[in-house]
Amino acid sequence: MKKIGLLVVALSVLTIVGCAGTAKTEKPAVEDMSTGAETRPATDKGATEAQALAARQAELLAKTRVHFAFDSSTIDDEARAIIEAHASYLAANPGTRLTLEGHCDERGTREYNLALGERRAQAVEKLMRVLGVDGKRITTVSFGEEKPVDSEHNESAWRQNRRAEILYKK
Amino acid sequence: MTRLRQVVVTLAFILGVALWPRPSHALLTIEITQGAETGIPIAVVPFGWDAKKAALPHDVAAVVDADLARSGRFLTVARKDFLATPHHDRDVTFKDWRLLKAEALVIGNIAPAANGKVEVQFRLYDVFREKQLTGYSYTVEPAALRRLAHQIADVIYEKLTGEPGAFNTRIAYVTKETPRNGAGVYKLQVADSDGFNAQTVVQTTEPLLSPAWSPDGRRLAYVSFEDKRSKVYLQNLADGKRELIAEHRGINSAPAFSPDGKRLALTLSREGNPEIFVLDIATRALRRLTHNPAIDTEPAWSPDGRHLIFTSDRAGKPQIYRMSAEGGDAERLTFEGDYNARASYSPDGKMLTLVTRQEGLYHIATLRLDTRALQVLTDTSLDESPSFAPNGRLIIYATEVRGRGLLASVSADGRVRQLYRLAEGDVREPAWSPYNR
Repeated sequence: MKKIGLLVVALSVLTIVGCAGTAKTEKPAVEDMSTGAETRPATDKGATEAQALAARQAELLAKTRVHFAFDSSTIDDEARAIIEAHASYLAANPGTRLTLEGHCDERGTREYNLALGERRAQAVEKLMRVLGVDGKRITTVSFGEEKPVDSEHNESAWRQNRRAEILYKK
Repeated sequence: MTRLRQVVVTLAFILGVALWPRPSHALLTIEITQGAETGIPIAVVPFGWDAKKAALPHDVAAVVDADLARSGRFLTVARKDFLATPHHDRDVTFKDWRLLKAEALVIGNIAPAANGKVEVQFRLYDVFREKQLTGYSYTVEPAALRRLAHQIADVIYEKLTGEPGAFNTRIAYVTKETPRNGAGVYKLQVADSDGFNAQTVVQTTEPLLSPAWSPDGRRLAYVSFEDKRSKVYLQNLADGKRELIAEHRGINSAPAFSPDGKRLALTLSREGNPEIFVLDIATRALRRLTHNPAIDTEPAWSPDGRHLIFTSDRAGKPQIYRMSAEGGDAERLTFEGDYNARASYSPDGKMLTLVTRQEGLYHIATLRLDTRALQVLTDTSLDESPSFAPNGRLIIYATEVRGRGLLASVSADGRVRQLYRLAEGDVREPAWSPYNR
């Protein structure tokens, strides 16, 4: 129950964020809002909380990558918060469509990783659908280990590369 | 150029994909990183050339010598130590070769023949018994001399080791070049087994993977991301003509030809989850073989065509399973370690080669199907894509050395190792061809 309440607040805030954003690109205008929220003096407690929440939501919405543990497609708490922020944005912007890309680190075989990448993209898709996003607005694609963001061969690069990308269509 | 070809080529350029067998300047060089401790000492004498005016069309003996040396099963005697250079049977003095401790001797001669062709003959001798072991004569186009040299090396290898050679074969592989400030370029290439005559089969700015040879060596199936998602293509090597064979929703990947060349096993996730399918190439009829919520991928046929092995994480972690090529229940084959994947059969069907993880590192291993014994063959950490040479003696695979993707091969007994290096960029996804026919 508490969660739904939070979501409603987030939703309404995000609607404002969405309107403030440039309608042309349909991309959330994120940075302006968060810096604005931080610099504005607090007048009453409710407004401050709403502003803090908006800032937090904007911050989450700015993140378009969620990360996974090795050989896993389980959504952790951090990833869940990011996906929830995007689901809220999608609810507030019904025309928006997106692609979810699944990626892996270089360890293991390329073909197995192609399947694992798909599972990661599907895990994000599944959560978005549970959060009310129409599946028709979502396309999933797996690139396996073929498109690393960090081409180094170490733990830090691997952590960056095990990911799903949330990409809004223009 | 026919009209159809023109259309195909034009289309390919529009799509930013270059098809066509084209020579490549990127040479794959091979070095032996570990040889067998003992090998058969052999001397390969430069072949004679009967047309004194023209230059020798090709140093056939040098190619034969390099093939034998690279196999790790022979110790070749250096040319500079030779006491004589016989080209004909009558000129051979066995004592000259005993002094050099050569146990085997190869001589040969090339003579001009009709219609611009050349006649090549060679003889293989047992130096200690002073006896000819074998000898052949061939009439070929001068342009075919390099390939003939590999055939001669195969004859010598088989005569002396009792096992068929695999020098007259090719390897397919994917290269990735990343210019300083530009998009990466991926090329699917085919080269002779010694890295020469590299030809680019397809070139694109999106990833390519999983090349698979047709059993007649004339076609390659592969996965291309050129349309920003995985699709399976089938391409003729001779004329570059290709067909899009799988573009279903989701993953289209991991193609593998049936031994009769009529069907392709592949992985499709069109119903939401990666499953193994078999596609009849002529009719395009598709049959789903696995029904499991787990990942099922990387199918490979048994040489008799009766079974398919594949990777599945149905027990939690990726392991190798075997089922009838008609589908049905699958039997788990690997139990050692928590990651075994990308398995394929040895040509005699008695063994698998696969990727196994041991203490967090990925190595190439073999699995004997009778005892289920797993033997780890490599000590590098990111090894993948193993495949047997058609003689079953060597396994080629992809590895990484100091951040660069390289190919390597290891003998099935783990004693001989080689590295295949590209001057620039990464090379990966090797697949050894069947025997040339």
